[in-house]
Amino acid sequence: MNRDLRFTALKKTPFHSRTSLASRTNKYYNWNGFTVPTEYSTTELEYTAARNGTSVMDLTPMCKYMINGSDANKFVDYLVTRDLSQMEDNTVAYIIWCNEDGKVMDDGTIFKFSNTKFMLCCAVKIYNWLHDSAEGFDVSFEDATDTTAALAIQGPTSCSTLKNYGADDLELLKPFGMKQYNINGYDVLISRTGFTGDLGYELWTDPANAENMWDSIMEAGKELKIRPFGMHALEMTRIEAGFIQTNTDFMAAEDSLRPVRMRSPYEIGMGWLVHLNKESYFVGKRALKKEKETGNSERCLVGLDIDGDKPAVGSVIYNEKKEDIGIVTAAMWSPTMKRNVALASLKRPYGIKIKENIFAEIYHPEELEYRKIWAKCKVVKRQFFSPERRNKVPADLYE
Amino acid sequence: MAKNTHDVIVIGAGHNGLTAASYMAKAGLDVVVLEKNEWIGGAAVSRELYPGWKYSNCSYVCSLLRPEIMRDLELYKYGLQIIPYEGSATMMRNGDYYAHYHDHDMTINSIRRHSHKDAEAYERYSRDVLRQCKIIKPLLKMTPPDLTSFKPKDLFGALEFAKHFAAKDELGGLGEKEIYDTIRFYTMSIRDYLDEYFESDITKAHLAGSAIIGTALGPCSPGSAYVLLHHYMGEVDGSVGAWGYSRGGMGSITKAMTGCLNAHGGEVKPDNEVVNVITKNGRAIGVATKKGDEYYAKKIVSNLDVKRTFLKITEESSLPGEFVERVKNFKIRGSSGKLNIALDGLPEFPCIPEGDPGGGGDMHFTETIEEMEGAYDDWKRGEWSRNPYVDMCIPSKSDPTMAAPGKHYMSVFIQYVPFNLANGGWNEERKQEFGRHIVDCIAEFSPNFKDLINHYEVRTPLELDNEVGLTEGNIFQGELTMDQLMFNRPVPGYAQYRTPLKNMYMCSSSTHPGGGVMGAPGANAAREVLIDMNIPQTGNYY
Repeated sequence: MNRDLRFTALKKTPFHSRTSLASRTNKYYNWNGFTVPTEYSTTELEYTAARNGTSVMDLTPMCKYMINGSDANKFVDYLVTRDLSQMEDNTVAYIIWCNEDGKVMDDGTIFKFSNTKFMLCCAVKIYNWLHDSAEGFDVSFEDATDTTAALAIQGPTSCSTLKNYGADDLELLKPFGMKQYNINGYDVLISRTGFTGDLGYELWTDPANAENMWDSIMEAGKELKIRPFGMHALEMTRIEAGFIQTNTDFMAAEDSLRPVRMRSPYEIGMGWLVHLNKESYFVGKRALKKEKETGNSERCLVGLDIDGDKPAVGSVIYNEKKEDIGIVTAAMWSPTMKRNVALASLKRPYGIKIKENIFAEIYHPEELEYRKIWAKCKVVKRQFFSPERRNKVPADLYE
Repeated sequence: MAKNTHDVIVIGAGHNGLTAASYMAKAGLDVVVLEKNEWIGGAAVSRELYPGWKYSNCSYVCSLLRPEIMRDLELYKYGLQIIPYEGSATMMRNGDYYAHYHDHDMTINSIRRHSHKDAEAYERYSRDVLRQCKIIKPLLKMTPPDLTSFKPKDLFGALEFAKHFAAKDELGGLGEKEIYDTIRFYTMSIRDYLDEYFESDITKAHLAGSAIIGTALGPCSPGSAYVLLHHYMGEVDGSVGAWGYSRGGMGSITKAMTGCLNAHGGEVKPDNEVVNVITKNGRAIGVATKKGDEYYAKKIVSNLDVKRTFLKITEESSLPGEFVERVKNFKIRGSSGKLNIALDGLPEFPCIPEGDPGGGGDMHFTETIEEMEGAYDDWKRGEWSRNPYVDMCIPSKSDPTMAAPGKHYMSVFIQYVPFNLANGGWNEERKQEFGRHIVDCIAEFSPNFKDLINHYEVRTPLELDNEVGLTEGNIFQGELTMDQLMFNRPVPGYAQYRTPLKNMYMCSSSTHPGGGVMGAPGANAAREVLIDMNIPQTGNYY
């Protein structure tokens, strides 16, 4: 029976025929209107692939926008807080952008092809925001979310896998570099970027090439411990890497129902991406400058190293007087580091000036009862795990 | 002539009267509800006018009924079950359709078929409207303070009202921007409001529907944006803005309330129309019925709209002149009609793909706001809309109790229909002409629709006035505009459910927070009566 084509359902990505075939658990979730696997077999094994071999993740649901026009360079610099005026062609930069109140709307990566052509990749839809912000710029936008298929290929053997696939000299690509290839008759853009905090790449191509690309990469990685990788495993690797996730670690300004939930870059550990000395104006500059000068940021987002081995998921954080000083936004037991880590949003001065005598109240489920654990926490660098191989050039090869 | 004495008499067995009665009976009072019709329910009623088919004759969907009331009155015990909608759709003359679903992302994907920008704007729009809903929600169960009074109760009340307006508890405090937004929202037209978010006609037309249902405002009239909020502030189990069917029709709601009332010793007496409120020295002491019986009570609570209460059954001489003048000026204009249709099978709507959940809830065929305003223009001239806005649904798709398996009941709400029809007013012939016109309009979108019709009931504002007792057929018992909301509802100085007559109260939708099958006016009024009687109470409305 054929369904009417107008019948609305969650979309399938161009890799769906392959991801659904690879899935043994049939566990899916809704990511930005697409159906994608949460888990293929076992999250622990998928996680290990990213730290041991090659992990493959369907990234297609990420929002992707092409920014073209003679003012594209100027526009991008106006949109984001980071100074991109010196950004080189064929490189990628990690960025955040704010609204005029200096509250963070989202983070993402910007790909520069030339002064007149960029690609923006992010979590929250901003097609309208781009248009609204573009007044006075000679620039046009194309939503490439549905027209670009994307895969993340991450892990220690990922470079070798992709070389087998046909990406010659890929080991020479620097972190945040990107290179255009033609493989099996299709254009494939490869960037040395990712969300796992490890050696890894992201591949961008025409949806028509998706199935061929998936099959070829799986074949190329056959002897290199390749494995498809779902959302749950990604969540583990990104926490270890200390990467923040919009609407998990902070609320996107435009999505916040409650105005008090909006956060400035300084309140989510992204102050380093705000270049107030950037010559030109950028959205939110006035408010951010004021916040920086008055120092009235209210929160901070920190890494916590927590005693014991019970993950502090959703825990409330207290000071020694048992006053509520914040909340855990993401937590896990790290299989690689054998550490109990978490990201937490704290009320200043906790996390900035006061880093000692902080406690997490953990409710650990034990066969229909909860054990209440009062665990001591240490404020640490958010980037928990960053192996040397992550930034090595040339990248590690397994031959 | 029988003479009966009770603690409380409630006039009218609609959902607010029954809510008030149940709360008071639960608090231990001896309550009797007098109803003019032979059946119970007011505008929340299910009647079988054609054998085998149950209609929701007036109101037809449920969202606004406050969950606290369902909980306090334990309505589930007396058979109440709400079935959530699957989706909604607007059919287009080019054969396409526009749909909303339970799932937010599916809705976004659906809107994107019509406009990329609108799909994203919908996220911002839903957040902003939800924020307004959160602001208004705590106000629903409060008695509006009298802003001119210096009684401690009113001073604290005003403070409490203002505090909730800034919604400290729900939203963690609003900034300047959000307060400006709220004030704009309450006073704008829905067209202007939607223009700030959307570009495509179909998106705007679909969303604007909620802003005109039941009101005598057009989509370009200032104040229509609030009407949208009024339809959005309901919920089905925390899903704000969601609508559902009441299993067994809307009559199940009033039936369940009657069940609660009976369980607490109260009684409803149908076929007992109150024609006069008996007063003595500026106090209401009882009522007289058409049958000639007299009932006496310590408190009288009227669930009739404010015009019927004070211009029909109360002696004008017992009321202050200025109050009567205000009541006369209260805007209560009928603008809606209805068709209830017994269908021999499921009508096909080729615009909507088979099995698409968009067809599971309300369906429409108005494609632009201009069409909607055109429909309103007809009403202003005293005519029914030639190209009406309809809100139609087939509850039997989800509810197995409305018709036999395979048979269907369809409810069609029609906007706009005048109370005073030009050129001679309503008569049976013109009523049937109106019914046929609506059937023709629907048949344009459904080839087999006409063949399936076994029977239909046509309701004009005149029937709603005569039979249900809604003055001029206004379903909200008074227009929902700022001049008639909160401390202005129904008239300034009398927004606290009390009236110029001692011992007489109002609990109808003419009072705060207004119309819709919400129950909040009834619950709020019961609280005020109990406070005046020094009777301790429990529950969510205390």
